Amino acid sequence: MLGFLKQPVVVSAEINVNLVALTVMGLVNRLWALSYPQAVVFDEVYYGQFVSLYMKRIFFVDDSGPPFGHMLLAFGGYLGGFDGNFLWNRIGAEYSMNVPVWSLRLLPAVTGALCVPLAYQILVELHFSHCAAFGAALLILFENSLITQSRLMLLESVLIFFILLAILSYLKFYNLQKCSPFTAGWWFWLLLTGVACSCAVGVKYMGLFTYMLLLAIAGVHSWHLIGDQTLSNVSVLCHLLARGLALVVIPVAMYLSFFYVHLTLLYRSGPHDQIMSSAFQASLEGGLARITQGQPLEVAYGSQITLRNVLGKPMPCWLHSHKNTYPIRYENGRGSSHQQQVTCYPFKDVNNWWIVKDPGMQQLVVSNPPRPVRHGHIVQLVHGITTRYLNTHDVAAPLSPHSQEISCYIDYNISMPTQNLWRVEIVNRESDTDVWKTILSEVRFVHVNTSAVLKLSGASLPEWGYRQLEIIGEKLSKGYHQSKLWNVEEHRYGKSQEQKEREVELHSPTQADMSKNLSFMARFTELQWKILTLKNEDTEHKYSSSPLDWITMDTNIAYWFHSISGAQIHLIGNVLTWASANVATLVYVCLFVWYLLRRRRNICDIPEDTWRRWVSAGGLCVGGWAVNYLPFFMMEKTLFLYHYLPALTFQILLIPAVLQHLTDHLCRSQLPKNAFSALIVAWFSSIYLVYRTFSPLTYGEPTLSAAELRALRWKDSWDILIRKH
Amino acid sequence: VYSWRDILINKEADPFSIIHLFSFFSWDETHFGKMGSYYINRTFFFDVHPPLGKMLIGLAGYLSGYDGTFPFQKPGDRYEHHNYIGMRGFCAFLGSCLVPFAYLTVLELSKSLSAALLAASILIFDTGCITLSQYILLDPILMFFLMGAVLSMVKYNSYADRPFSAPWWFWLSLTGVNLAGAIGVKFVGLFVVLLVGLNTVYDLWELLGDLSLSLVTLGKHLLARVFCLILLPLALYTAQFAVHFAVLNKSGPGDGFFSSAFQSRLIGNNLHNVSVPEHLAYGSVITMKNLRMAGGYLHSHWHLYPEGVGARQQQVTAYLHKDLNNLWVIKKHDSNTDHLDPSHYVEFVRHGDVIRLEHKETSRNLHSHQHEAPMTRKHFQVTGYGINGTGDANDFWRIEVVGMKAGKRIKVLRSQIRLTHLATGCILGSSGKTLPKWGWEQVEVTCTPYVKETPNALWNVEDHINPKLPNISLDVLKPSFPEILLESHMVMIRGNSGLKPKENEVTSKPWHWPINYQGLRFSGVNETDFRVYLLGNPVVWWLNLVTIGLYLLMATCAIVAMKRGVQLTAELKELSEVLLHSGGKIMLGWLLHYLPFFMMGRVLYFHHYFPAMLFSSMLTGITWDTLLKFCAGCLSCSLGRRVYTYGTLALMLLIVYSFYLFHPLSYGMVGPMASDPNSPMAGLRWLESWEF
Repeated sequence: MLGFLKQPVVVSAEINVNLVALTVMGLVNRLWALSYPQAVVFDEVYYGQFVSLYMKRIFFVDDSGPPFGHMLLAFGGYLGGFDGNFLWNRIGAEYSMNVPVWSLRLLPAVTGALCVPLAYQILVELHFSHCAAFGAALLILFENSLITQSRLMLLESVLIFFILLAILSYLKFYNLQKCSPFTAGWWFWLLLTGVACSCAVGVKYMGLFTYMLLLAIAGVHSWHLIGDQTLSNVSVLCHLLARGLALVVIPVAMYLSFFYVHLTLLYRSGPHDQIMSSAFQASLEGGLARITQGQPLEVAYGSQITLRNVLGKPMPCWLHSHKNTYPIRYENGRGSSHQQQVTCYPFKDVNNWWIVKDPGMQQLVVSNPPRPVRHGHIVQLVHGITTRYLNTHDVAAPLSPHSQEISCYIDYNISMPTQNLWRVEIVNRESDTDVWKTILSEVRFVHVNTSAVLKLSGASLPEWGYRQLEIIGEKLSKGYHQSKLWNVEEHRYGKSQEQKEREVELHSPTQADMSKNLSFMARFTELQWKILTLKNEDTEHKYSSSPLDWITMDTNIAYWFHSISGAQIHLIGNVLTWASANVATLVYVCLFVWYLLRRRRNICDIPEDTWRRWVSAGGLCVGGWAVNYLPFFMMEKTLFLYHYLPALTFQILLIPAVLQHLTDHLCRSQLPKNAFSALIVAWFSSIYLVYRTFSPLTYGEPTLSAAELRALRWKDSWDILIRKH
Repeated sequence: VYSWRDILINKEADPFSIIHLFSFFSWDETHFGKMGSYYINRTFFFDVHPPLGKMLIGLAGYLSGYDGTFPFQKPGDRYEHHNYIGMRGFCAFLGSCLVPFAYLTVLELSKSLSAALLAASILIFDTGCITLSQYILLDPILMFFLMGAVLSMVKYNSYADRPFSAPWWFWLSLTGVNLAGAIGVKFVGLFVVLLVGLNTVYDLWELLGDLSLSLVTLGKHLLARVFCLILLPLALYTAQFAVHFAVLNKSGPGDGFFSSAFQSRLIGNNLHNVSVPEHLAYGSVITMKNLRMAGGYLHSHWHLYPEGVGARQQQVTAYLHKDLNNLWVIKKHDSNTDHLDPSHYVEFVRHGDVIRLEHKETSRNLHSHQHEAPMTRKHFQVTGYGINGTGDANDFWRIEVVGMKAGKRIKVLRSQIRLTHLATGCILGSSGKTLPKWGWEQVEVTCTPYVKETPNALWNVEDHINPKLPNISLDVLKPSFPEILLESHMVMIRGNSGLKPKENEVTSKPWHWPINYQGLRFSGVNETDFRVYLLGNPVVWWLNLVTIGLYLLMATCAIVAMKRGVQLTAELKELSEVLLHSGGKIMLGWLLHYLPFFMMGRVLYFHHYFPAMLFSSMLTGITWDTLLKFCAGCLSCSLGRRVYTYGTLALMLLIVYSFYLFHPLSYGMVGPMASDPNSPMAGLRWLESWEF
């Protein structure tokens, strides 16, 4: 029973000094003077505002990606005790004392540093020599662009870390697969793959590319598994299910959980509320919720309402009218009805209020009990302040001549009759007798006489319409489009019989009676959809570049410039590494095709296991490079050099693999081998030299003189800032 | 092969029977009919598609006696006395060829008559295919070549056991010819090129693995394919452009899209046999054309840059069309004298001079300053500035000619001019980016601080008016054929990428297509009109959709079973061979013709799905036939045969009956809309998004 006491208790620890040394070197190299410069550098200005909003728990929408990355950065701020009070408005602005610069930048720096040992491990797991693995790690260590990117509050280094982690854990898992499936270690690495993948996707959507690559590789491996006839059907099924769970189910669940945390953290209304639907806004504290809380749910005859266009593009707006009329003749000579303008107005205003009226009755108040409006009912809409009726007729709209003009009817006695009956069609109804509900119902107004549909055209009117948005009646309504849908936002039951009283009532805030909450899934779906469809107006940036510029690094980005000392930080890579990586890729592809064709003719130049190693290294590195690079050619968004960094990392990992292969298999005798090794050493030292040369631009110090800066401008297309004296 | 003739006749009867009913024309006929007329009239025009389809339409019209005078102005106009039957009949004939092609392809792939009949009957009785092939459109021509390419590819594959035999060569080169035809009609033809390419690579890979073949034989195989599938199509494609340029030798609406050199080829263009003053002088009125491919004329108009886009001054853009607003007057930078005053002597502009360019219509000077340009943020903004020619020092430009010494005169058309802004040192150029709505979607003009020798930053003088100088006829450098070819492709590509959907416009989305979500209205809107609506036969299309799922399921089962080493009977092996190989080819074709549309930014239409639909229909034939055979194989002999026969018959009847229900869609409906119970189509509006 106490048998274990007979043996001495031994704790044996194995320390790979290489790994430790690399980690330490990485940390030193990335963390050195981390809080310099004490100023906002490049995209910190962008991510910083989100960190501040997290600190203040204010809701925001960022179309650049999912929230996990922002949350990680905010976590750094939280640890550093940041209160969120800093105005992120200008690159180069000095940080105030309350901003914990070091802890904000710590997380990207540490993840950046950890990429170095990860690179080492990956090459080891790909069965390359420790020497090659060490070389790969050194290349990552001395890559200026990766250093710059990880020393600042930016997300690329975090993304690259998770990508490499996913790759490494998959390789570990795969290597365990042969000897010991379903052990603890096997499960650990398999699950870690899934987790790292979802983290990568959660940081930036770019992570999807690597995730897809891993899924493809896992698919190929599973296919081999299916073909393995030594396994029973049941165990094959177990294997497949385990992979499905770890590589599909868990990432999806994790991804949802990021949004869950995001939405739980951010419960206050904020600057981006307007983008979201009324229902979503009502679920946030403050903002619309304060107004809509407790307003009656069912729209009834006599209700006073504001109508918001569901599309929200080019900006969210409400159906609006005002005393001014359409000009008799437009600039291009076409005529109008000269009746009162109806527009869509992007701000809250008392002129946004409309009253729902029963065409058969005169009264503008809600009867007791209220008579709710249902799908298919015919109503008139009365503009609250001017008491004119929403009308449309066969007159061309001001900017969209193919559609009808919408006006508030003024009787000029010129035989133009009123046509102000509208049929209410609730698009998201559950049954045909559904009641029109505040906030929830999306409603289409169909004109009874002409079956035109009330629509936001998206164009903004000229001066006479105060640049408000044009509203039209579309005659040939083609299918479903959000610009034709409206929902009631503010709502109350009208009580005042007289116009004067009613005006006072319209000006007063709505009463509160009831509240409502959206489920998490509804909120998630809406937020996700907005993130994916929101388009930034900003089409080009001073430092944007095209993917073709990246391979040769024909472009750089000036991240920061000190206007007095002239110190500057640039995103600029180690030219030699970039060039070698390109050469390595080319050599790999050529050799691969050569071997492949020869093998097909049954000529084997290299042993079978070397070939397998060669294929898996290429599949991962060249594949990783391709999936992270080529899709950018099809993207229409603004692109920057830093988008290339994940692809570059994969390409760098290929260099030592190719070098080792060349040494092992192409240098047949000892002499060329030695010569080749000497060459490699010389090449490594020049990489280090280039790193040293450009490190002033990487770390921002020491400050260089104009002549030194000019000497660093190795390519004409580089934009290095030289002050004129 | 006994029944295909019947099918052909049957199908021929279909569209032809009605053609003469529509004596007005519809929808895109405005486009392609007009272009056919252009060929007959030999006027030059510009279109985003390559010329073959329109040339064939023109040829058909010419042969059938159409004189090219119908104006094709707006849909719904009547043809009156114009002879349009030839053009429509030609398209309808090509459209009807799809049926025998599909029949033969499926027969060759599956070796099963019922599969082939099923696929053919789907195409015969699909309302969408019928509608699309009864008008003067490019789609029937495209689909004809596309199916032709697939058929001949399948045929030459089937002769793999007799390589280099006559039929092998015949089908191989016919594949090449059809490929050239397909890309010659529309660039969508590239997808079928891709399909044939992938098939050929697979083919060669198999041959490479066959160790009984010597390297020399392999080389012959490779060369044969390179010759027939690459060189031959390329030659034909180029040839069709040669014909295009040879036929269209008169100036027309498309001139402005092309460079000055290109325009000088066209009879009637102001650059043809041009006679203008040779050297630029002060006071001359000129137009400047950018030297980049499809670059426009330097242009300005009364509109200002909107707020937030640099300084609020007058816009300067590049404009592709000839227009009075393209005219500029060259003036001396320091004086505002009227050089056309007869008392002044003529003073020539020389290389290195500092000049001012005054916009003729608005009298504003070409101006630049250190504000960001609207699209290319790294460049400076270019504006029109000043009143009646009085501006400031930012209006001064140095005019230089590439490769010339100071003091030399500047030649019209032939000198490549660079304008350097004096104050900032930047160079006037066109970035090639399209401005948003506020700039009327014209092309951006900027001043680039990067001194690079690119055509973007070079200009030539095209029109030149100066009454004081004698006009001299210039033997302008005529461009060579490769130059014209390259240039017209650049212009087409730019035109294609310019077809962006407008904001808030309801456009067709690729996911709508296979579910037959929404059709296209071909003609007629109101109740009294004769209406034609392009919509697939919903029964057929939904059958196709279900079949794609079914196919994936069956193929997965088959392939996993084989991988797990399950012992299959010879019959089953044959079935799964057909399913995986033949079905796989067709499936690949469907994917290649459908998925790329998800990544396209241009405006998409429902009819873009029809090439994919052809593949989908063939897949339906193969899959259901395999499924029925499989079911029959599981049952006893006689019962199995009955299941097989009745199953095929039931499918056919279903298709025919649904065609009977929906045939008014393509042959025209008159009367109330389908929502009205009195309409002939009442009760058939199964989806709310259908509009008939």
